[in-house]
Amino acid sequence: MAKVWLPALMRELVGGREMVAAPGATLGEVIGNLEQAWPGVKARLCRPDGSLHRQFAVLVDDAEARRGLRTPVGPDSEIRFIPPFAGG
Amino acid sequence: MTYQVIGTRPIRPDGVEKVTGRAVFGADVQLPGMLYGKVLRSPHAHARIVSIDTAAAAAMPGVYAVVTGADLPEVPMEPAARLGEDQTQIKEIILAGDKVLFDGHPVAAVAALSPDLAEAACRAIRVEYELLLPVTDILDAMKETAPLLHPNLYTNVWGGVRPEKPSNIAGHIPISRGDVAAGFAEADVIVEREFRTSMIHQGYIEPQVATAKVGEDGQVIIWTSTQGSFDARGQVAGLLDLPPGKIRVIPCEIGGGFGGKSKVYLEPLAVLLARKAGRPVQLVMTRAEVFKATGPDPRGIIRAKVGARRDGTITALEGWLAYEVGAFADSAVGSGVSCMFAPYSKVSNLRLDGYDVLTNRPRISAYRAPGAPNAAFAAESVIDELAAMLGIDPIELRLKNAVRRGDLTPAGRRWPAIGLVEALEAARATPHYQTPLQGPNRGRGVAAGFWGNWDGTSSVHLVINRDGSVALTLGAIDLSGSRASMAMIVAEELGIPYAQVKPQIGDTDSVGYSDVTGGSRSTVTTGWACVKAAQDARRHLCEEAARAWDCPVDEVAYVPGTGCVHGGEVLTLKELAEQGPIYGVGTMSGAGGSPAFAVHIADVEVDPDTGKVAILRYTAVQDVGRAIHPAYVEGQLQGAVAQSIGRALYEAYVYDSEGRLLNPNFLDYRLPTFVDVPPIETVLVEVPNPAHPYGVRGVGEAGAVPGAGALANAVCRATGHRLCDLPMTAEQICLASLRHG
Amino acid sequence: MLELITVTATINGDAMTFLCEPRQSLLEILRGELRLTGTKEGCSNGNCGACSVLLDGRVVNSCLVLAVEVDGRHVTTVEGLAREGKLSALQQAILEHAAVQCGFCTPGVLMTATALLRAHPDPTEAEIRQFLAGNLCRCTGYDKIARAVSDAAQRMKEATAL
Repeated sequence: MAKVWLPALMRELVGGREMVAAPGATLGEVIGNLEQAWPGVKARLCRPDGSLHRQFAVLVDDAEARRGLRTPVGPDSEIRFIPPFAGG
Repeated sequence: MTYQVIGTRPIRPDGVEKVTGRAVFGADVQLPGMLYGKVLRSPHAHARIVSIDTAAAAAMPGVYAVVTGADLPEVPMEPAARLGEDQTQIKEIILAGDKVLFDGHPVAAVAALSPDLAEAACRAIRVEYELLLPVTDILDAMKETAPLLHPNLYTNVWGGVRPEKPSNIAGHIPISRGDVAAGFAEADVIVEREFRTSMIHQGYIEPQVATAKVGEDGQVIIWTSTQGSFDARGQVAGLLDLPPGKIRVIPCEIGGGFGGKSKVYLEPLAVLLARKAGRPVQLVMTRAEVFKATGPDPRGIIRAKVGARRDGTITALEGWLAYEVGAFADSAVGSGVSCMFAPYSKVSNLRLDGYDVLTNRPRISAYRAPGAPNAAFAAESVIDELAAMLGIDPIELRLKNAVRRGDLTPAGRRWPAIGLVEALEAARATPHYQTPLQGPNRGRGVAAGFWGNWDGTSSVHLVINRDGSVALTLGAIDLSGSRASMAMIVAEELGIPYAQVKPQIGDTDSVGYSDVTGGSRSTVTTGWACVKAAQDARRHLCEEAARAWDCPVDEVAYVPGTGCVHGGEVLTLKELAEQGPIYGVGTMSGAGGSPAFAVHIADVEVDPDTGKVAILRYTAVQDVGRAIHPAYVEGQLQGAVAQSIGRALYEAYVYDSEGRLLNPNFLDYRLPTFVDVPPIETVLVEVPNPAHPYGVRGVGEAGAVPGAGALANAVCRATGHRLCDLPMTAEQICLASLRHG
Repeated sequence: MLELITVTATINGDAMTFLCEPRQSLLEILRGELRLTGTKEGCSNGNCGACSVLLDGRVVNSCLVLAVEVDGRHVTTVEGLAREGKLSALQQAILEHAAVQCGFCTPGVLMTATALLRAHPDPTEAEIRQFLAGNLCRCTGYDKIARAVSDAAQRMKEATAL
């Protein structure tokens, strides 16, 4: 199962845990499965149309998830949500 | 790895243009029939616009067009964003809607036969304002009782729930891991302080300028000094509800940007006026307008806390940041939170809490590692205080806690291969650091800083001519000479002399989409696109050769410096190009960040009577991955130091209690001069970026992060006083002396 | 009706006659009327040096000189530095030391440095920095410019010694 590190304010949804695990072959599937186990997770991460909020950069195994919710996820993958980063 | 061209220091291809004054910057553009535009701006920081009467202005002889916010279409921003060109502009910044929200907010614009006439026409426009209470203090702005700048602004809570009530807090980004309370309980020593930084400006010497021409067929051409021609096109398209394909943005040479010229201010006005007037229109900002109404760097309040064991091992890190973003939503605190304490972030107990706060000031824009220098000033100050309390050398303390590959970043990802340890060790080994500083009123300060460096997308193409020369067209604009490095990369890849490659910057109709030049991405991403274009050209050369030899293409090899070979035969570039020009195209996205660390050492002497700080010696050490053109890399490090000196000692926006800017000029807003900046020694550490074909890391911004902290630490060691407010003016230093003896 | 004044000046060695209003600055006329856009406008109140030119050999901020003041006088701008297709020693040194980044302050810096070396052919580093302090640069951190000026001074000394 993929390991997911959620943003700090979402820990209240998952019993205070810093990290939760969920199955899924894509990022979208993992979020969907997380929502099953921990209702409310999806609303925090996604917009009403189902796409990811742009304020999250998502890393799958330390690489940017370039295909959004379709990014493939492996059985031992690590998923992290990162704040937005500007540049000048 | 030995290179033929990479690592040398050739003269830049556009150098002669630059030293003879022939290079065409935005304001040098002159078109037949061109009119001059001027902007009428709000003198109030917060007011409702009751009425605008432009009749008198429009009737003046020589005035061809007047526009107000009513001339901007109602368009949701999303359509432009979906076309792939990022839209971050908000139309009320270009021309006010029903409210003005900062001193200098554009209210109307005029096009006339001369700048003087346009200004006179602006004065003839009657605006009736109903004054509102200005919000001028960050902490006051955050209170529930504060006047609201926008009735519909709800805090964007990162990972959290939208609040029920609107406020002036645009964003809240908290990150944490472990148990900071336990971490601090475990500490033998704790240092905790609050720091304040001032709003400052990028200080580019060239003011904003835009020229627009609109044809009867609706085709728009814009000449502008911008950091991103495609980005500018997208912003104008979104704001004016025009198809991006009808807009051609021709980027002129640009006189400095540093992040401040990635948002449009004048371009949409130039188009609106040109369309209404039926003639081209040019607008140039005065220096006062640049200060008042472009995008400065945010003021900040940063609370920093560090706990450590007696041996120097850090057990917990905590930070609270509130950055003002000005009158419209933006975010700098995301980077602040991602970079604060980054050099030591392997600690298990960490908590960083960041807020973006609206005030009645101009909306911020990016300024060289935006958000990070403020946070690093605070972080590096408490780390230094820790070192002093524990009696540990400041570099040793940092080495003890320095992050390495595999450790966690503040946001919780894993550091890839990085060069912080190498940079610290190189700093320690410098003749500067090895030479003890002696004498009264003198102090040495050290600081480290991090920047992640963005990748973005860049497109380039090249053509090999019949004489073997190569015309290289770059999609990303050149801020400071990077076209030389691009030419070097192509020369290296093709094995031809550097002088044979002629780079130029394309416009939005002549080259593929490229993101803003910013985020320290040019040599990484545009350079990589050049590699791909050269390799594409090599493939086409081999195809040509295979045709000429009538053999399968996989039997042809390209040998840099020679050409295509097959058996004992050779066909040179020139010979192959004689059949017809050979093209190579390269687009690069997803290069990934190229994290870079910088370590600065500053020696200062503080006059005990006047508080004036003289910088005796300065060394900037930085992991640059690989220096394509070392002189330009050194130049980036040195420029960043000078800006840090300004941030640390001299620069600040000064507003009165009504929210009016008191010092919008270069006399009262003091940029460091030749006499304020010492010679700057640079050390280029090369820990190659494993993800890049040449190992390049972005260099422009990381060097802007530690400087203020290094100088604050130096001043502290020189005076015995820990100064927590930037800039550390002579006045502030004297007052600290008087207060604390 | 605007009152226009006729001014005749020698600009980069050429006699030029132009019309201007009494209130127009030399900078405005150079860039507008005369299309010599090498001289730049950075602040228009004499604080950045981007508009530096030589007036009878002396450095001035052309934004603070009225165009009418140059009647009968000599003006040199950056366009007048290179001679017979050759860059001046200063221009060459600036390029070799990579002392240009965006290039916007460069014309002003070159004019001030030209005046410096004419008056003080062997300046110390402190003298170079003091003389150039009225020219702001935001990109380079000044280091390479100071080195280039020093280097150019050396080369010019060697050239005259030959």
